[in-house]
Amino acid sequence: MAQTQTPSAIAAPRSPYARRKTTRGNFELYSWVFMRASGVVLLVLVFGHLFVNLMVGEGVHAIDFAFVGGKWSSPFWQVWDLLMLWLAMIHGTNGVRTIVNDYAQRDSTRGVLKVLLYLASTIVVILGTLVIFTFTPCPPGAPAELLPSICFPN
Amino acid sequence: MTAVLENPATESPKPEVGAIPSFDVTLRIRRYNPESEHGEESIWDEFTVTAHGTDRVLDALHKIKWEQDGSLTFRRSCAHGVCGSDAMRINGRNRLACKTLLKDVNPDKPITVEPIKGLPVVKDLVVDMEPFFASYREIMPFLITSGNEPTRERLQSAEDRERFDDTTKCILCAACTSSCPVFWTDGQYFGPAAIVNAHRFIFDSRDEGATQRLEILNDKEGVWRCRTTFNCTEACPRGIEVTKAIQEVKRAMITRAF
Repeated sequence: MAQTQTPSAIAAPRSPYARRKTTRGNFELYSWVFMRASGVVLLVLVFGHLFVNLMVGEGVHAIDFAFVGGKWSSPFWQVWDLLMLWLAMIHGTNGVRTIVNDYAQRDSTRGVLKVLLYLASTIVVILGTLVIFTFTPCPPGAPAELLPSICFPN
Repeated sequence: MTAVLENPATESPKPEVGAIPSFDVTLRIRRYNPESEHGEESIWDEFTVTAHGTDRVLDALHKIKWEQDGSLTFRRSCAHGVCGSDAMRINGRNRLACKTLLKDVNPDKPITVEPIKGLPVVKDLVVDMEPFFASYREIMPFLITSGNEPTRERLQSAEDRERFDDTTKCILCAACTSSCPVFWTDGQYFGPAAIVNAHRFIFDSRDEGATQRLEILNDKEGVWRCRTTFNCTEACPRGIEVTKAIQEVKRAMITRAF
């Protein structure tokens, strides 16, 4: 009788290499393109922001509550700052996500780091958006010298 | 380049006419043998051999294996830079032992020889290449066509051939993939070699499987994990512009998507 059973002390010589299930999709492609596109837009936004805040007119000495209040009463600067906030946050988050993917060796470490990252960036984005849109340049009862000129319409 | 003896006067007295100058060289070899007394630990082993200016690292390894320690284990087949069996980390860089002259890697100091990184070591300098070949197989490295077989060769213009000429040179030695820091992380990245071999078919005018191959490499672990560190281009013993090939595949994907 042919002996077909073999003791299992030796591991199967051709035990398959477990490559993970495919993770195909365009997500990484879009994220790659987004990084480059948002980078270029951010160059304009950030340096425009720095130029207007630090160099035009009185320059850096003009920055106070009134200056910021005045800027954010114009929809142009609201959109500018909103765009800058969102692009910078998504760009930065995506960059750190890439770094986590590259350096975290275990799936659990990777998961925890990414959850923390997404949580932090969500909070910052929501908080920042809220500030840009609900900002009141003329809070009632504030000392007049701190307020922008648009609070005194005459 | 030929080996030139720099100071013939200081050499041993009256070298015979036509004698090849020799020198002693020390090799520090990273060894691993779970069946030895060192167990699961890998150790550094040093050997000193006498070599000639025309000798390669592989010749020194042969000399050690044949004359000093027969248990030293490494892969080699053709020994002339074609089969791609003897890729190893020599002085911290991935090279083919059979294409690296001893005199080019500073034989004055011990030359370190390690197995290529990122793949499980089987013994000494031999690694398990299966993960590497698994991702190679995934990109379908064969001609995909449709319609009737032609009765003669599939002709191609010289320009069409030139388009992917660089990536046809790959010998699958794994020097590029095992020099890639992204591959070192968890070994899930397809790796430069798989992408190079996909490139060879994607840009072949006779092949019709480009869409499928791009789809396969448009993976989370595909071309988008390339950080363009150029380690692969530097490591390639065949001089393939690996990073450039990867970027060309990326570009093909972007032009396809938009």
